[in-house]
Amino acid sequence: MSEAVMVSTKVNGDVVEFACPTDEVLLDSLRDRVGVTGVKEGCGTGDCGACSITLDGQLVCACLVLGVEAGGREIGTVEGLVEDGQLHPLQEKFIEHAALQCGICTPGFLVAAKALLDNNPKPSETEIRYALAGNLCRCTGYDKIVRAVQAAAKDMRKSSSRSKKR
Amino acid sequence: MRYESPATTKEAVALLAKAKGEAMVLAGGTDLLVRMKTGLSDPALVVDIKRIPEMSEIKTTANGFRIGAAVSGAQMSAHKALCKAWPGVVEGTNLIGSDQIQGRCTMVGNLCNASPAADSVPAMIAAGAKAVVVGKGKRRTVPVEKIVTGPGTTSLKKGEVIEAITLPKPAKRTGDAYLRFTPRTEMDIAVVGVGISMTIQRGVVKKARVCLGAVAPTAILVPGAARVLVGSKLDDVALDKLAAACSKACKPIDDKRGTADYRIRVAGVLARRAAKIAYQRAGGAA
Amino acid sequence: MAHDNSYTGQKFEVVGNRFIRPDGVDKVTGKARYGADASAPGQLVGLVLRSPHAHATIKKIDASKAEKLPGVKAIITAEDLPDLTGGDRGMADILENCMARGRALYDGHAVAAVAAVDAQTARQALKLIKVSYKKLPHVTDVDKAMKPNAPVIHDWIITGGVDPKPAKPSNIANRTQMGHGDVETGFAEADVIIERSYKTEQTHQGYIEPHACLASVNPDGTAELWVTTQGPFTYRTVCATLLGLDIAKLKVTSSEIGGGFGGKTHVWTEPVALALSRKANRPVKLVMTRDEVFRASGPTASTSIDIKIGATKKGVITAATLELRYQGGAFPGIWAMLACMTGFACYDIKNQRSVGWDVIVNRPKVAAYRAPSAPMAAYAVESTMDIVAQEIGMDAVDFRLKNVAKEGAQAPYGPLYGPIGIEAALKAVKKHPQMRAKLKKNQGRGIACGFWFNIGGQTCVDLNVGTDGTVSLAVGTVDVGGARSSLGMIAAEELGISYDEVKVHVADTASLGHNDTTEGSRGTFSSGMAAIFAARDAIEVLKGRAAKMLDVPVDAIVWENGQAKAVGKQHGNLPKLSLKEIAAKSPNTGGPIAGHNEVVADGAGMGFACHICDVEVDPETGLTKILRYTVVQDAGKAIHPDYVEGQFQGAAAQGIGWALNEEYVYGDDGRLQNPGFLDYRIPVCSDLPFIDTKILEIPNPNHPYGIRGVGETSIVPPLGAIGNAIADATGVRMNHVPMSPIRVLEALDQAATLEDQVSAG
Repeated sequence: MSEAVMVSTKVNGDVVEFACPTDEVLLDSLRDRVGVTGVKEGCGTGDCGACSITLDGQLVCACLVLGVEAGGREIGTVEGLVEDGQLHPLQEKFIEHAALQCGICTPGFLVAAKALLDNNPKPSETEIRYALAGNLCRCTGYDKIVRAVQAAAKDMRKSSSRSKKR
Repeated sequence: MRYESPATTKEAVALLAKAKGEAMVLAGGTDLLVRMKTGLSDPALVVDIKRIPEMSEIKTTANGFRIGAAVSGAQMSAHKALCKAWPGVVEGTNLIGSDQIQGRCTMVGNLCNASPAADSVPAMIAAGAKAVVVGKGKRRTVPVEKIVTGPGTTSLKKGEVIEAITLPKPAKRTGDAYLRFTPRTEMDIAVVGVGISMTIQRGVVKKARVCLGAVAPTAILVPGAARVLVGSKLDDVALDKLAAACSKACKPIDDKRGTADYRIRVAGVLARRAAKIAYQRAGGAA
Repeated sequence: MAHDNSYTGQKFEVVGNRFIRPDGVDKVTGKARYGADASAPGQLVGLVLRSPHAHATIKKIDASKAEKLPGVKAIITAEDLPDLTGGDRGMADILENCMARGRALYDGHAVAAVAAVDAQTARQALKLIKVSYKKLPHVTDVDKAMKPNAPVIHDWIITGGVDPKPAKPSNIANRTQMGHGDVETGFAEADVIIERSYKTEQTHQGYIEPHACLASVNPDGTAELWVTTQGPFTYRTVCATLLGLDIAKLKVTSSEIGGGFGGKTHVWTEPVALALSRKANRPVKLVMTRDEVFRASGPTASTSIDIKIGATKKGVITAATLELRYQGGAFPGIWAMLACMTGFACYDIKNQRSVGWDVIVNRPKVAAYRAPSAPMAAYAVESTMDIVAQEIGMDAVDFRLKNVAKEGAQAPYGPLYGPIGIEAALKAVKKHPQMRAKLKKNQGRGIACGFWFNIGGQTCVDLNVGTDGTVSLAVGTVDVGGARSSLGMIAAEELGISYDEVKVHVADTASLGHNDTTEGSRGTFSSGMAAIFAARDAIEVLKGRAAKMLDVPVDAIVWENGQAKAVGKQHGNLPKLSLKEIAAKSPNTGGPIAGHNEVVADGAGMGFACHICDVEVDPETGLTKILRYTVVQDAGKAIHPDYVEGQFQGAAAQGIGWALNEEYVYGDDGRLQNPGFLDYRIPVCSDLPFIDTKILEIPNPNHPYGIRGVGETSIVPPLGAIGNAIADATGVRMNHVPMSPIRVLEALDQAATLEDQVSAG
């Protein structure tokens, strides 16, 4: 059986250390060792996106990264979206637009949607749908999720143009 | 399981050559970790190549492009020059999976996983891509179509690793395209894949390469299909012949994703459509 | 106090608005805890060993090597789960489904389980357990299983509902017949008779959260179970029975649930986790992997259906029959019976007969999936309705309107309908702009209707008024989609306070009386009704306290806009007392103020819907794209319109996936070939357009607010709507769901060949 390796990494800006077997996936390390349970396992094979995180800013599935690969890297999860006690516009709009029902896919969608909007502040409906194709939702039919992302994008463009004007 | 993350190709090769038991290369991990999760792979050693500089970059050279084995699909689609020169190759890799998968998967990993339905492969072969294979003390350059030998098997020997894929600089008025058939818009394995590359001159096809995926144990180059295109202006007769040649070349199976008959049929349909796109990208009838 | 549940037709202040749901923040920040998110000190990891054979005798299970592996704390088989069901066949089936008893009945059937200190050890232990099987002949197709030469799976099954009783066992568990009138006479009166057969493949609810629980059994017979479930009380009863625990000593706490749709109304691994914990004397966390969910939880039935509809050339249906063959997996189920109840429900057909056959096959035990059994029957009915309409040259909507069920019509299963919404839905569809939108080449439009009866059931709630005037409402129905906000709104409405002064939470089984499972679209209907009555109870208490505070007789007090007011000339200048003020004084006026209600919520209103679907079919590949989709459904009263729309859209999306791509693929070896989200293809975001919704409100006379359940009905029409749209686009009628590209292309080919033959001949 695999021996444990020490991993030193950053999760949502905080330095974190844990020991894990070399064949453990980052999804399990985050949930069971770091206590970040907002990252969900829906399939464990990269087909559902419920475990979406960012790794050095890149959107990935945590079930497809080994725990040991996280050493020296920066991980972003849904838990890192709140800033100074304020919900991120995406989080606000998801609630406002009823873009969640059972909510299990929501953390993954928020991380993926943020990755989209960080790269493309004015996505079309089609761009949103394809960017989120890696996140499965069984409750909503995606309608209100797409609307929430559109609303958040609009909001974020407004506040960024406001801050630019200053 | 032993995990190693060497800093040079030489070290990686040495680790793989010396390994006792199953040793696997870890690039994006989007195939390997799935195999580990489902119990198909239980490697004794995993060699992570993502820290190796020669494997992590896309280099534009006088002769074309050199894409390191650890370069992700996301990196490829962000590379403007590569996208402009070989849009078909990039779109093939981009279809491997979701944005999350794109953040990790590599065309070399996709190639070496050797699935008959691999999305990156048909367009690579159509573009004339070559693989730089590094072994202990030697390196050789091999056309990509010589890498995969069957479902799940490659011609790489123990201790060999692909360091990079090279793509030629496309000749003027060259266009390529990759199309695949899937029941959903995303997230599926290709039922049929077609990669076509062509060079045209005053609207006439001068050179072409046609490669089919998911219709045989490996991706297959179809020289007969390319021949019917050459000398044509992609008129309906040529396209019909193209479709027929592609359908004829298929050696598909029935499986949970599609029947042999369906694959034979749709290979022809997609070849027509991919040829039209490649032709447009090459400059079209003008 | 008995409460009258009739519709009151009142005007609403709170209900009908779009408030922010109370559990939203936890869910968008990752704080909400689902089944796999709990941990206990000393917990072990539980894993299940499953049969790789569709049907096999289990000759021997040798766990000796596994037991010796360091870190393994318990291994169980059926021997550790003795049969305590006392002859209750249903419970015995559940027990055997949770752990094979001498025979593996399907690919994925649990045969043993392990609890170890970590996942690695547990996985290693599973590999060390040696099971010797003797393969038996298997059957996985519903029609094949009914044939006389099919391998008989259970030698104790003699078909019920058949007279005379069969002499030999078979795979046919039961025959049901429903209907009324005289179909022979009816068909004789028809000018046009259409007979067709249809097949639908097996699908799964596809919830994104796998089954997960944390079980802890103590030596003194007390136990706790944290579990993702739609029915903590049901799970408590079943687990207690199977493990020989006292019901009151087993506390079941439902986690947040990551989707259920009927699949989390039954136990799968929970009794196993409890048995492991009991043996190991430590908490055991057992989470299913995705492939286990597909192989070993409760998918829907696959079906084979024959239908016959006769109509006059003026468009009146004179007779209709359905024969419905449904497989329930390896144990007897009621699925074909349910189909009989729903098939013709949207129409007033004087002479009708539905016969259902419940069949056993070597597949997992079928569970409910959102309006269970109705979508398949509706596929057959709605497809054939279009064929009949076309045959007599009548518009699809008009033909349905001509035969639509109205108040007073008789349902297939007997009762007469009260006020129902199907006529209104059809009329709304007829007027809808989508019906007039232009279609291009290869595009087509289809409509279809659907019905689900919805249930009420045992419900109770506790409403407690805090001394600061805020109210906590404890309910026993798990919140699957946002009902907490609706229930809070209902309580606020009744009390006359604002929505944000009410906090709803889902109680565990130790803290509240029995509540039936959240299923049958009953959550908001039943808990809502109980919340209304509990609030009215609390209002009586509040009035009594106000009377004390104002020193007036209690019958001089009325409750208005959240305040107690003394009425009558002599009390005119007494101050009004708000709920807050009364609550603040409650320690001195008699203690905590609460309202309580237990009710068997009765009179759940029936939910009817009509959908419109536009598609484009690629004639060269058979690929169908959904261009535009509209749901029109009667909600009775939409408490929170956003969440009602969400139910419409989510159900429709599941129906679309079912219609186009989702199916269980079994090999000749009886093994499931696609137990994962890669090849079990549910719709992804880029597959669907926005789904338009129109909420109709025809009040349910048996609910004070007129609420009807809304969660299920809209999974029923999509199969028929899409089949009809494909027929409109291509001229070809599909009769096999999913209508995948391969099947559509085959159908197009066959039609082309036929056309060639016809024109050549």
